[in-house]
Amino acid sequence: MKTPYDVPSSVIAVAGLHKHYGKTHALRGLDLAVPAGTVCGLLGPNGAGKTTAVRVLATLAAPDAGEVRIAGYDVVRQADEVRRRIGYTGQHAALDEGITGRENLRLLGRLHHLGGREAARRADELLERFALAQAADRLVRTYSGGMRRRLDLVASLITRPSVLFLDEPTTGLDPRSRNEIWSTVRELAADGTTVLLTTQYLDEADHLAGQITLVDQGVVIANGSPAQLKELIGARIEVQLADAGRLEVAARVLAELAGGEPETDADERRVTVCTTTAAVGLPQLVRALDSAGVEALDVALRTPTLDEVFLTLTGSAA
Amino acid sequence: MTAMPTTANADATAATATATAVTRRPLTDVWALTLRVLWYYKNSPGLVSVSLAAPLAMLVVFGYVFGSAISAPGGENYRSYLMPGLYVLIAVNAVMPSMVGAARDLERGMTDRLRTMPISRGATLLGQALADMFVSAVVLAAMVGVGLAVGWRAHDGVGRAAAALGLLLLLRFCLVWLGFYLGLLCGREEIAAQAGILVFPIGMVSNVFVPTAGMPAWLRAVAEWNPVSCAAAACRTLFGDSAGTATLAWCAAILLVFAPAAVRKFNRHGR
Ligand SMILES: Nc1ncnc2c1ncn2[C@@H]1O[C@H](COP(=O)(O)OP(=O)(O)O)[C@@H](O)[C@H]1O
Ligand SMILES: [Mg+2]
Repeated sequence: MKTPYDVPSSVIAVAGLHKHYGKTHALRGLDLAVPAGTVCGLLGPNGAGKTTAVRVLATLAAPDAGEVRIAGYDVVRQADEVRRRIGYTGQHAALDEGITGRENLRLLGRLHHLGGREAARRADELLERFALAQAADRLVRTYSGGMRRRLDLVASLITRPSVLFLDEPTTGLDPRSRNEIWSTVRELAADGTTVLLTTQYLDEADHLAGQITLVDQGVVIANGSPAQLKELIGARIEVQLADAGRLEVAARVLAELAGGEPETDADERRVTVCTTTAAVGLPQLVRALDSAGVEALDVALRTPTLDEVFLTLTGSAA
Repeated sequence: MTAMPTTANADATAATATATAVTRRPLTDVWALTLRVLWYYKNSPGLVSVSLAAPLAMLVVFGYVFGSAISAPGGENYRSYLMPGLYVLIAVNAVMPSMVGAARDLERGMTDRLRTMPISRGATLLGQALADMFVSAVVLAAMVGVGLAVGWRAHDGVGRAAAALGLLLLLRFCLVWLGFYLGLLCGREEIAAQAGILVFPIGMVSNVFVPTAGMPAWLRAVAEWNPVSCAAAACRTLFGDSAGTATLAWCAAILLVFAPAAVRKFNRHGR
């Protein structure tokens, strides 16, 4: 089998990455390979080591062991080469609140050595493209949380980086702002940017990422496309009955179809089962219940929560 | 030249075309970060007057309220004695905003963002220190104007007065680096703001307001060794009446210790 770092087209290549903070062993041999022009979702619960990993990849933290290459350059020995190619948006909006949105972008353009005029032009272009032009001349202090986060993301796009790191880009945002960030990320990916984003939300990774890497306690516990992971994890079927007396029958039907061990809840008149056969569809389920003479008020096929995913993969709650 | 990457390089063509031509440009970086602070003041012009408020309040309280009961050494006008000390306090007051600013950038992730960019080491802090020079020159000039209005005079000619102002700016420049270091050490804006208040008594236990001669022996020792006292004495001397070397030594010591310490702390945060 090929180890991740052998994959030649990987723009992000991480092998055996270890990082300690005092006694905390934050990363314990993390491996990661992200092909050019794809979006990878680093998914894991709080404290899994996502931020630590992104900080090492973005040259902010030094690895204790392991190899990390971005676009072929070593993050320790060739940090400047890496820095010329990356954009980084951390967990908190890294903006100067006392200057305007436009000034924030101009400042970063100048620091990227675009020169004053080009920095100004690029700032205008980005503000226009990402619907921030109206607020551009207001102090960032007056921005809403969603606008701040969007400007923060845009701020890492000044030089059209080939690799973009986003650490929990939508945590704490309302659904509308979250959708705006999502569409921005999709646009960037369509332009060919390689994106590594961390998230605690399964549906976010599902929406954005072509590849999901599940991290827990500093190591990768699963890796694959959303479809592959769903197959691995399965789904949860919930059936709400009209009559509590039919619980036994319904449970038998579900066991047969899904192959799992159903749980029944008599008070709620509900049967639940986790399935790993991705092929179970709702129509099939409804027909089977019907022919067994079970009247269902509600039949639902739910994607598992992150908690359930971790329960399945690690045997302990996230 | 950069080493050839060993694994395939997604942007290999772009990289050879553009990025390798770019080298560090410390002056560009420093100027950009200077602009940042100047923009900050442009957006909040009130901040400059706030920097003046503390020394003005001191002038009123000490120059007029207490001053009526304090006699200056050698029968001099007390306010003439006080003014050079207040000029020094303007330099000392640099510690607090630079502490808070450095801690705020660190807490809000601005420091991280700047560190993921190919910027010269130390350029960020140097740019901020230089911008502070512009602002403090304005504040100092305004305070000298106030001094002239209340009867203070530079007695020994323009040359020595300019030397005194130069010394004050140098002291402020050095203390800004102390502030950066302490701010990065605090790491949080709130803590830095609390800790910054401790600068106040450092200004008080000195010869700024009253000569040290009348203080208890132990306090006098502290006050006389206080760099604030030595700078105030130097200013009084240069402005007219006879410790500039000691102040220069203090400046050099502060800068040599805290400028590298602050740059190191800035570059190593969370590593
Ligand atoms: N600067 C630090 N100092 C000490 N411990 C840290 C530091 N950063 C992270 N950690 C610890 O490392 C572990 C992983 O943290 P982190 O990478 O922030 O996780 P995540 O981003 O997945 O929530 C946690 O146990 C956290 O407490
Ligand atoms: Mg995190």
